[in-house]
Formats: sequence, structure tokens, C-alpha cells
Amino acid sequence: MMRSSQPLTGTNGRRCKEDEKLINATLRPGKRGYIIDTRSLNVAQQARAKGGGFEQEAHYPQWRRIHKCIERFNILQESLIKLVEACNDQSHNMDRWLSKLEASNWLTHIKEILTAACLAAQCIDREGASVLVHGTEGTDSTLQVTSLAQIILDPRCRTIRGFESLVVREWLQAGHPFQQRCAQSAYSNSKQKWEAPVFLLFLDCVWQILRQFPCSFEFNEQFLIMLFEHAYASQFGTFLGNNENERSKLKLPQKTMSLWSWVNRSEELSKFQNPLFEANSLVIWPSVAPQSLQLWEGVFLRWNRPSKFLDEAQEEMINIIKYN
Amino acid sequence: VENVRLLDRLSSRKAALGTLYLTATHVIFVENGSETRKETWVLHSQISSIEKQATTASGCPLLIRCKNFQVIQLVIPQERDCHDIYISLIRLARPVKYEELYCFSFNPKLDKEEREQGWKLVDLNEEYNRMGIPNNYWQISDVNRDYGVCDSYPTEVYVPKSATAHIIVGSSKFRSRRRFPALSYYYKDNNASICRSSQPLSGFSARCLEDEQMLQAIRKANPGSDFLYVVDTRPKLNAMANRAAGKGYENEDNYSNIKFQFIGIENIHVMRSSLQKMLEVCELKSPSMSDFLWGLENSGWLKHIKAIMDAGIFIAKAVAEEGVSVLVHCSDGWDRTAQVCSVASLLLDPYYRTMKGFMVLIEKDWVSFGHKFNHRYGNLDGDPKEISPVIDQFIECVWQLMEQFPCAFEFNERFLIHIQHHIYSCQFGNFLCNSQKERRELKIQERTYSLWAHLWKNRADYLNPLYRSNHSQMQGTLRPQMAPCNFLYKFWSGMYNRFEKGLHPRQSVTDYLMAVKEETQQLEEELEVLGERLANLQKSQLNYNKIKSKQQDQSKQLGLSTSNNSLANTPQEYSNDLKSFPSRSPSQGDEEDSALILTQDNLKSSDPDLSANSDQESGVEDLSCRSPSGGGCLPSEDSGKDSDEAVFLA
Repeated sequence: MMRSSQPLTGTNGRRCKEDEKLINATLRPGKRGYIIDTRSLNVAQQARAKGGGFEQEAHYPQWRRIHKCIERFNILQESLIKLVEACNDQSHNMDRWLSKLEASNWLTHIKEILTAACLAAQCIDREGASVLVHGTEGTDSTLQVTSLAQIILDPRCRTIRGFESLVVREWLQAGHPFQQRCAQSAYSNSKQKWEAPVFLLFLDCVWQILRQFPCSFEFNEQFLIMLFEHAYASQFGTFLGNNENERSKLKLPQKTMSLWSWVNRSEELSKFQNPLFEANSLVIWPSVAPQSLQLWEGVFLRWNRPSKFLDEAQEEMINIIKYN
Repeated sequence: VENVRLLDRLSSRKAALGTLYLTATHVIFVENGSETRKETWVLHSQISSIEKQATTASGCPLLIRCKNFQVIQLVIPQERDCHDIYISLIRLARPVKYEELYCFSFNPKLDKEEREQGWKLVDLNEEYNRMGIPNNYWQISDVNRDYGVCDSYPTEVYVPKSATAHIIVGSSKFRSRRRFPALSYYYKDNNASICRSSQPLSGFSARCLEDEQMLQAIRKANPGSDFLYVVDTRPKLNAMANRAAGKGYENEDNYSNIKFQFIGIENIHVMRSSLQKMLEVCELKSPSMSDFLWGLENSGWLKHIKAIMDAGIFIAKAVAEEGVSVLVHCSDGWDRTAQVCSVASLLLDPYYRTMKGFMVLIEKDWVSFGHKFNHRYGNLDGDPKEISPVIDQFIECVWQLMEQFPCAFEFNERFLIHIQHHIYSCQFGNFLCNSQKERRELKIQERTYSLWAHLWKNRADYLNPLYRSNHSQMQGTLRPQMAPCNFLYKFWSGMYNRFEKGLHPRQSVTDYLMAVKEETQQLEEELEVLGERLANLQKSQLNYNKIKSKQQDQSKQLGLSTSNNSLANTPQEYSNDLKSFPSRSPSQGDEEDSALILTQDNLKSSDPDLSANSDQESGVEDLSCRSPSGGGCLPSEDSGKDSDEAVFLA
């Protein structure tokens, strides 16, 4: 699986032999590849007017292009704001709650992202085909797809260390612009132009899969919530900056502590371990039916009610297994 | 009928070929050829509707919808056969006599003594004793011993000590269906109580001294409070409309010291329609998130569930926190009243959150108080307007509570699902007829078996591993919040998409923890045995005895990770319309069998038309989207012997 940004085809239908050579080099003998474009066909076509575009069939004959539209990042922030607003609405009206939830479209985004990731994973696992994923810049929906696909395919990504590596590889090193995306979150008074809960959506998708396969992840929900928090505000330098270049210029490794160095201490790690974890070597296919996707209470309703009852349940689970 | 195809609901391409059997009690589909000979069993009593769809080239489709939310789609090759099956099923699914029901032929091979014991498992007298009755304020009354006062009430009712027979009889004449105020639950901590009745026949201005005295008696039975809540669970408009028909609700001016309250739960017709709409949403093929959420909202289902829950919360609060007694009624006092009283009792008393207690609760507030099981759940063919998912809603309230308070219930989700299943299955006699009187006339206890005994025998399957009786969640009252953003009401896919396993979490936390607990228990037992042996050995001091302990390897039983059951190794359909499964276009010349799922709008326009039939399976068992096997999830098939019996009883 490869990831990139959009090819600069433009209105003239430019081609680049090196680009073609590069991605063709990933093709397995006798097999074709799939390009998963996270924009709708329309949007991809319109991109040409601004110098961007998509891979033309004629130049990439061994690749089949699939458009799996994932909403553009600027829409996502609006979605988050609406969702949070719905979660704060203390009215007792069920109709109002459901319609606000629906209007936020949050779960729609979850479904879209998971579906695209499953498709990518399917290409690889079922077809044995190479996959190239890109949107426009390759820094948002692209990363959601590639990281989730790996979680589906690779059991190592479901271990704590494996997941940490995944985040480092597919989000930090890949250049997801954390500083731009996670500056303000949902309660900001000013509308930030680059703000978007892309990483949170990714974590939410991981949680959805975790809920469907509760014994397949070494980490628990708390781990994901912790990462969500640290992406927005942290005493560690891990999520600062927009890419490796900036981090290096800011001398972050010298001036700050890494989140991982703290999380991976055994006394911290024990809080994030899933007591139900049983390592398996399977590819796990989540259901993306609406009935299977739920609102992430642990994040969105976290402050609405005492966590006492769910904490007790968690404790009990740990006790049962420890005692055994 | 041979060569029938059973279609998979979620993916239209997966059809199993087999033979369809109709017996006196079941419809059975047996899959051809496979080593497993997979069977799908459906009880006639479960059939809610049968739909003959337009004949296509592949045959005549028949859609069977069940009361337990199973939906079976068959394709019969010959139109004539299809018609025969359709007509037969219509008749079989609509019995006219009780004797046609499965419970009269069901034979679990127990002797007479065991059958009797089964019926004695739940004893309401014991229950009222447990509550602390009789005492200074409450007593049992035999005024209804021959059902002379109210034929839908039990023979044994509990009333305030100061309520004489004269008062009771007088009050009953002023209540719809003669359902006078009687005790549902007594909260011994503060003497507050929950009583239930039907609506008074007050019209616009009628009064009844005895009825007013009855309410006074209830109020006085609680010395800690100087007033009584009267809760009418109907919407105000409906209650007012009833006045025009000579019924209505209590006038605060006439009844001393009452505080009257409307709760606003809709009637059985609204609920029937609500469920119908929700099931339509469930039947949508690959809906978008919006379609689903909008459809759910439009059905109003969760809104109704919340209304029932809120009423229960109000009453529980009144009793536990304010120490005020509550009289609950609706119109006839056998639907909404039952729902609301049982929810309130569950919130108040941890006993009802145990397995045994829950059975007792249903027996008390539903069975004994004359909830019309026959009419509501269609044991026999009857008026379709009487059908309504009343107890289903109560059961869902319990499930919603289980989700919010995971340690508070001794039983698990499967317990609830199986109870719902058996309310409709008529495999056991508990939920037949409309009243205790009718059941006794039919001699149900001598001719059928009790569900409670069956569930109790299998209780290991129904335990909640997180339950501990000394948990905080098991102490005293549960106090759920009411705003939907504070109490997240979820769509219960375990019930309404019960047979679509692919939609559920593929690994069950409950099953895993139960397996761990079982293993722990076995290890503890082994430890004990070994401990004793060790002690013996040390006593005898024989050191040439080798211990040959053949220890079974128990650890494999926990292996959820190893292969099979729960994990679905097959991807679902991740493309847009889930309809087209293109084969390779000829020009591509690819030799691979398995096709990727692609949709029309994903492919380039130069591609040829897509055909819909490449088989994705490459030998991996698809466990995600299959219709249920006969042995798997249907409770009537749990003890396989039962189902075998049925086939040969025709």
C-alpha cells in the first residue's frame, strides 16, 4: 500500500514517466493495482482546473481507479461542532437529540472512512493487489485510510507498540498537520481555517473496530482517549508541529519529552491495557452497517454523566482475568 | 419441497439450496450437500407475516417475517408449490384453538413431578412475603377468589389493611374492567408503595365513595406521607377524550390529598406502528447513516422507550426519594401500567435485577395482573388491532439499563432475548391466554411446561459475568439520568437484527468473561482436590508414590482467537449500492476467481456491464452474514432433542 498526494495532471493531461515507473514498481507480477482516490470523481475532475487531477487510464493502464469519497477536512470541523452542541443539549426531547445527531453527520463520516479503509484492505488481502491511496494533499483522508487499513490487515498494529508505531509512521512522519488541525477543538470562538478533527475521526474509527472485536486489541478505549487529548494539548512534544521538518527545526527532540517515553512506562501502560486481549493473527473485517456504528460515548458524552458504573465494569473485568 | 433457495438477507448473492419441510409446528429448511446439513427452524407461532413476491426467472420468492425479528427469504422453484406453501403457512401461523399451539405437544421428557416443580419455581406469595407483607399496613385479600370481582385480576390481591371487601367491590365497579387499585410493589424502607389500577369511570362528574375511600386507604397505608401521587400514563388528550365515553381520570377536587400527573405514553396502536416503521428501516438494503438515523427518528421508537423509562424513573423517585406512594393507571391498566410499574420496581429493588427476581417481576406485573398475552402477541388468530409490542418495550427498557449499568444485573442480554422469543413461541405455557382465570380453565400447568424452569436449568448461559451482588450498582435504587445526551439510548441490534450476526460485535465480551470464570472455577476445584491429595500424602509420608495427575488442558477453551465461531473472516460489502459484483471484464484476461466488489460508478466508463455473480468466498467460512443455523441461536433449539421431537409429532 502506498500513499501520496494528487498527481499534477492539470487541464493539459500532463504525464510523468517517473511517477508511472515508481508506482508500477510496486505491482506484483501479473497483477494490477488499485488507486483509491478519497475524492469523488467530480471533485477529482475539478481539481484539474487548479493544476491537480487524477491518474489517467491511458498512462496508468495497470491501475484501476476507485473513488471513495471522504469529506474534505474543512467540513469535518463543522460536523464536530454540531455534534458537541447536540451532546450538550440537555433537553429531554428524543426527536431533537436524534435529529441533531443526524444533522452533525459525524457517524456518516465514520462510515465513509471505515468503508474506504476496508476497501483498501480488501484489495490487498483478497486481491493480492497493490494499492495507492491519495486525496488532494495526502495529509488527511489518505492517512485515515492507510492507517485503518493496516489495523484491519495487520495484527501487529493492534498491539500497543504496533499502534504507536502506526501513529508515528502514518500520521507524524507522513506529515499530518497536527498544529493546524488540532489547534482549537470544538469550543473555539473563532473559526480556524485549517482546523479539523481528522485524527479524532481516525481514533473514533479505531474505537468502532475495537468495539466490534473487543478481544483483538492490546490497548483499551482509554488509550485512544489519551491520544486524542494529547493531540490537542500536551506536555509532550510528540504532536507539536505539522511535519518532521518543522519538528526538527523546532529542535523538539532536544527540547521536549516524547509522549511514548511516558506512556510506555509499565505503571502507565497498565492503565491502557485491554484485559480481554488475546493475540490473533487474523484480518478483522468491521461491519459498516449503520446499526454497527455507535456514538463514542467515552469521548462525546464523557462529561455528561458519572463514569462510575462503566469504571466499575472495567475493574470487574480486570479482576476476573487477573484472578484467573 | 425440494430445490428451494434460502437467500441471505444481507448479501443477495449468497443463496443456500435445500429442501423445505412443513410440519405441524415448524417450517424447516435443510441445506443440501454440505457436511453440516445446516438447518433453519421456524416455529409457526413466530410467524408474523408472509409475503408472496413477484415471480422472477429464478422462481417465486416468499418472505417470512417473524415476531422475533427473523426474516427469511425463500425462493420456491414452482409457482404452484409456492402458492401451496403460502396458503399452508397462513393457516398454520394463525391457530384457532389453543390446542394447536406448540406447548401442548412440546415434550422435554420430564416426569410429572418435574413439570410441577417447574411451575412452582416462581411463587408470588413468597414474593409478597419477601417485600414484607402481610404487615401493619397491607394484607392479602381473597375478595377475588372466584374471579367474582375482576376476571382479569389474580385470585390473590394485596390491599391496604383498611380496605374492606365492601370498599374493594365498590371501587371495582367504578373502574374500567373492574380493575380496582391493588398493590404492585411495597418499599419497606419507608412504607411507600406502587399500586395499579385501570381508569376510573368518572366521566365528567361521576363520583364513587368507595373508590375515593380506596385511594385514601392506600395513602394512609403510608404514614410517612400526607398525599398520594396518581399517575395517568396516557397523554392528557387521550385521557380527556375518555371522559366523553364515561371514563377518564381522577379529579383532584374529589379525591382528598392526591397529586395528579399525566405522563404521556402513547397507546398500543401508535406503538404497533412505531415498531413497524423501525423494522422497515432495519430491512433497508445498505442504508446510509442518514437514512438509518432519520428512519429511526421517524419511527419514534426510542422516544417511546424513553417515555416508558422516564415514567418508571418518576415513580421510583417518588417512592425512594420522596417517600410518597403512587397509584398508576392507563386506560385498562394492563399495558402501559404494567410497563411502568415493572420498570419502577426494577429501579427500586435489586432483587428484580437477579435472574430469579426478574422472572418473579414478569410473573407479578404481567402474568398475574392479566396482561393480554394472547391478544397482544397473537397466540391465536385474532384482531390485528390488538397486537402491540408492549412487553417488548419493557424488555428493551431493561436492556437499555443494562447498557448503562453493566454490573447491576445478574442476567445478560441473551436472557432477555430468549424471554422475548418465548413470549411469542408458545413453546411453554406461561404466556398463553389473557388472564390467570383463562389459564386455570385451560389447565395450563398440567398440560404444558414452564419457561422459568427451562431458563433456570440453563442459567449458566444467561449470567452476566460482571455481576456481583455486593457491587454498588446492586445496592438500592438505580438512578438513571433522563436527557438523551446523558442516557444514551442505543438501537438494539441484538434484538431487531438478531439473526444478522455480521452486524454485531464479532467477539462477545460476555462469553469471553464467562469462559474465563468457568475456567477459574475449574482451576479452583482442581486446586482443592490437589490440596487434599497433598495433605493426604504428607500424612502418609510415602515418598515413592508418583502423582499421576492427568490434567486436562483447560486453556484451549478460552481460545476465542483460534479460528471459528465469532470472528467473521469475510469482508462485508464496502461498496455503495451492494448490488453489483462484477466479474472480470474479458479484456483483462485475469485468471483469478475472486472478484473485488466494485460498483458501477467506481469503474471507468469504458468497462463493460457488470454482472452480479462472482463468488467472493475462497474457502473461508462466512460467518458474518448468514441466516441462523437451527442449532445456534434459537432458544427452542438449544436442547436439540426438543426440536427433533417436533418433526415427528405431525
